[in-house]
Amino acid sequence: MSAAAERIEIPAFPDLSRVPRVDEVGIYERAARFRTRSIKKEAKMDALKMVLSMIDLTTLEGQDTPGKVRQLCAKAMRLDTSMEDLPKVAAVCVYPTMVGVAREALGDSGINVASVATGFPSGMTDLDLKLDETRRAVVAGADEIDMVISRGAFLRGEYRRVFDEIVAVKEACGDAHLKVILETGELNTLDNVKRASVLAMYAGADFIKTSTGKIQPAATMEVTLVMLQAIRDFYRETGRMVGMKPAGGISKAKLAVHYLVMLRETLGQAWMTPEWFRFGASSLANDVLMQIAKQRSGAYQSPDYFSKD
Amino acid sequence: MSSNDQENSLNFNTDWSYSPAPESTDHVTIKDRYDLFIGGEFVAPASDKYFTSMNPATEEPLAELAEAGAEDVDRAVKAARKAYKQNWSGLAPASRGKYIYRIARILQERAREFAVVESMDGGKPIRESRDIDVPLAAAHFFYYAGWADKVDYAFPGRKTGPVGVAGQIIPWNFPLLMAAWKIAPALACGNTVVLKPAETTPLTAMLLAEVIAEAELPPGVVNIVTGAGKTGAAIVDHPDIDKIAFTGSTEVGRIIQKALAGTDTRYTLELGGKAANIIFEDAALDQAVEGIVNGIFFNQGHVCCAGSRLLVQESVADDVLGRLKDRMETLIVGDPLDKNTDIGAINSSMQLETINKYLEIGQQEGATMHQSSCALPDKGHWCRPTVFTGVAQSHRIVQEEIFGPVLAVQTFRTVDEAVAKANNTPYGLSGGVWTDKGAKIFKVSNQMRAGVVWANTFNKFDPGSPFGGYKESGVGREGGLHGLKPYLQLA
Amino acid sequence: MANDEKIMARADSQAGAAGSAGTASKPHRLAVASESERVGVVKTYKLYVGGKFPRTESGRFYKVDDRKGEPLANICRASRKDFREAVVAARAAFSGWQNTSAFLRGQILYRIAEMLEGRKEQFVAELYSTGASRAAAKTEVEEAIDRLVYFAGWCDKYQQVFSSVNPVSSSHFNFSLMEPTGVVTIIAPEKSPLLGLVANLAPAIAGGNTVVVLASESMPTAAVSFAEVLHSSDVPGGVVNLLTGQSEELLEHFASHMDVNALVYCGTDKGQIKQLQTLACDNIKRVILRRQDRWDDDDSRNPYLIADTQEIKTTWHPIGR
Repeated sequence: MSAAAERIEIPAFPDLSRVPRVDEVGIYERAARFRTRSIKKEAKMDALKMVLSMIDLTTLEGQDTPGKVRQLCAKAMRLDTSMEDLPKVAAVCVYPTMVGVAREALGDSGINVASVATGFPSGMTDLDLKLDETRRAVVAGADEIDMVISRGAFLRGEYRRVFDEIVAVKEACGDAHLKVILETGELNTLDNVKRASVLAMYAGADFIKTSTGKIQPAATMEVTLVMLQAIRDFYRETGRMVGMKPAGGISKAKLAVHYLVMLRETLGQAWMTPEWFRFGASSLANDVLMQIAKQRSGAYQSPDYFSKD
Repeated sequence: MSSNDQENSLNFNTDWSYSPAPESTDHVTIKDRYDLFIGGEFVAPASDKYFTSMNPATEEPLAELAEAGAEDVDRAVKAARKAYKQNWSGLAPASRGKYIYRIARILQERAREFAVVESMDGGKPIRESRDIDVPLAAAHFFYYAGWADKVDYAFPGRKTGPVGVAGQIIPWNFPLLMAAWKIAPALACGNTVVLKPAETTPLTAMLLAEVIAEAELPPGVVNIVTGAGKTGAAIVDHPDIDKIAFTGSTEVGRIIQKALAGTDTRYTLELGGKAANIIFEDAALDQAVEGIVNGIFFNQGHVCCAGSRLLVQESVADDVLGRLKDRMETLIVGDPLDKNTDIGAINSSMQLETINKYLEIGQQEGATMHQSSCALPDKGHWCRPTVFTGVAQSHRIVQEEIFGPVLAVQTFRTVDEAVAKANNTPYGLSGGVWTDKGAKIFKVSNQMRAGVVWANTFNKFDPGSPFGGYKESGVGREGGLHGLKPYLQLA
Repeated sequence: MANDEKIMARADSQAGAAGSAGTASKPHRLAVASESERVGVVKTYKLYVGGKFPRTESGRFYKVDDRKGEPLANICRASRKDFREAVVAARAAFSGWQNTSAFLRGQILYRIAEMLEGRKEQFVAELYSTGASRAAAKTEVEEAIDRLVYFAGWCDKYQQVFSSVNPVSSSHFNFSLMEPTGVVTIIAPEKSPLLGLVANLAPAIAGGNTVVVLASESMPTAAVSFAEVLHSSDVPGGVVNLLTGQSEELLEHFASHMDVNALVYCGTDKGQIKQLQTLACDNIKRVILRRQDRWDDDDSRNPYLIADTQEIKTTWHPIGR
């Protein structure tokens, strides 16, 4: 990822009353249409590789250890020993205390280190702690920071507070890219998802991200579609591209390919790279690898033949 | 949030695109020749004349169909009358219902075959025939089967009875679905049927004849005669038909109404439309754009209730058009049998000519034409999704039914202006209204002179939902409880 | 006696008072008044259009005879231009009447019944003068009053009987309800000039349509007087427009007018029916034939008569998930 994205002059605070409303049933219908796209042959192979390159390989557990993180990094750098021409994943995503380990393990592989921050996953800490945590993660070597918004404040209508927090965290990130997690599973309505997306983008988010993975539902196609549409509207309005990261719940290659279909038909060519689209996932990579192996050999695969880290 | 169409544009011509995904056809057999289905048997036409049904996507012949003359129609009516008297009207209603359930079930079993043939014969994308036409047709039989022994409850205070022999003439835009719309309620109410499918799309009706035979309906309860306008006229003019049900153009509907003047033949007519789809500034704009796309590009725009007029509030007009043009770029036009095709082939060369004529007229009238940039196949009949802006109420492309993927866009400032423009047409089949404000939905839908109003949605159909028009869009309703009435005598 | 009947027929303004023929005065034109007798005031029968009582713009009239074959009255012979004006009035009144609450429409129909009840004797006399027996005239007027009460009661109920909420398989709320078809023209029955008129008029306006009625050609006086009842019953101007004249001349316009949505024809003339149905095609007009000769049985006392001039509108809306 490039250094700090070009910051075009950004309006101070968005007029949320002008954000177009979302009709839930309509969004579900549109998302269902993407799932009727039939992706076969070369299109499928290309899609599977693209999915791999967009993965933020993630471990966010209380039981994480340096050993576990090193194994994950090894997997990130070499997804499969039997297939040579595979892309690398985009990043490894860990807790702040594991950033140093990951940084060291990944070396100059070109794979980014992403760190969650700001009191992940609930965000229920004071702002100065959030900023401190962010700065430490960056100092420890994080290329990307995945922050959470204060959902409680958002649901209380304290949009200004949510906005100001993001602005502050963005500043604390320095050159690191900022992904803003909306935790859509707690926002309840698609209208809220859209408003929160707009808020985050105007506050300076480089990426907007659906979920922490700790709350159900996590990423869904419907929620992601609303966010992609918000990104498109923001781009139309300001000329600034913002990336998208659905996270949590995407563990099957077929579903991930449907996300790519949705991305293609909503934002088009410019976003179809790891620079602008990521999957936050822990088990997706292996399913994609199995599909690639199946495409190549013609035989359906067993998980026993794919390393789990 | 306004968007500028010129700046910050999106590129949908992506490096990654979808490989061809053709639906397999190896499980489908289309015979070289189909005879008339009369009295439970497939019989040759008296004239021994046959015509050819073409695949509009490949311009290749699919099969020969018998051309039914007056003599054949008479034979079919006699078979229907005989079955009416001897079998069907006297049969226990529950038993009638069971036969109709059988049709529904066999249709479900043979669903993919019907979908493939429908797409080959009519040019509609397999996604639609597979996900909409065929399941809805089966659902229609299933729905009306259940009414067979319950119709008295639908008309409080009345005893119901069948009408007799129904002559049914259906169009080429939803060949199987329209056959289901016609046959299912007629049979449920105890009538027998002579059905004529359209001459460009007769194949699924002939497959349906096979299903009806497979379901072992008494011979003559359903008779299917193929042919063009003359065959239809023979049905309309036949003195022993008690009821005519017609779906098609207002022009032909008028001729039928005239032909039946002074007779005791009942009729229902489902005719043309020029529906307004009204987008208010407070609408969910992206879903409204989906509604616009679904409204006018569904089934190549060959839909009587298509949202062919877009009325968009001036304050969001540029925004909505920007979104619409983006969305149009993602529509895939081409091989109807490809699972990713959004817009299939125009049904016939004649219809393509009509559409092209209107594209000319629109431009001559001074409107601005915008088409998506998609590639078109070399062979076959195709039309890119098209939008006309800068049109006025007086333009022909606003007033006349084009029956193709062509949208006329007008703007308005106030609710009253929107409603006035929406109603300023001889038609009254359907309409759309998009707003996030509940009271406005009720106000506008109440004022729309149209038989179906889609609020924050468009082009939805269901067996339980009555369908039919005001004014020149037709007489009577099909679907739902109200769709029973045309096939019943109330006493 | 004949003169007495004429007076009764004409003395509409003394509603109900003209119960006993013996006390009535002589008409001024048709009989010579003796010096001691009061000169009666004779009514002019006019059209009823847009809430006003104009004469025909054509200035034409035709004579109607009484039960003995003697001249009873000069009746306006409405022209196609009068019909045109009536349709304009009906169209103008449509949206207001359609949107009048069902409750209020019911109140107004009931009010018509009340007004008619109050003028019962006048109508009995009028019907008698044009040929009905006294008993039949009395029955007809009473039936007409009761029919109005009957349909007054339906105004806020037929929607509940005929509407539906339709269970669809997608996530939408779907309902069908009835809406008036618009401007309805009615060729009233030639016989039964009051009950036949009411039996066809009441269901149409109960359902929110506005109407243009052609009264019985040979017995139009009760119809014109009924317009006066309507006028005093809070029926908004233009909701009911009543023409008198020659059906042969006016029929084609009733059927061909492009701004008329439905036509109710009460009669059995096959030639006329064919003519009407043929002309109705030009705008796909709904044609409702009522060929019965009785208007006092269940066939003309049921809500399906309202449904005849209704459209069904089905509305879809997403429910949410």
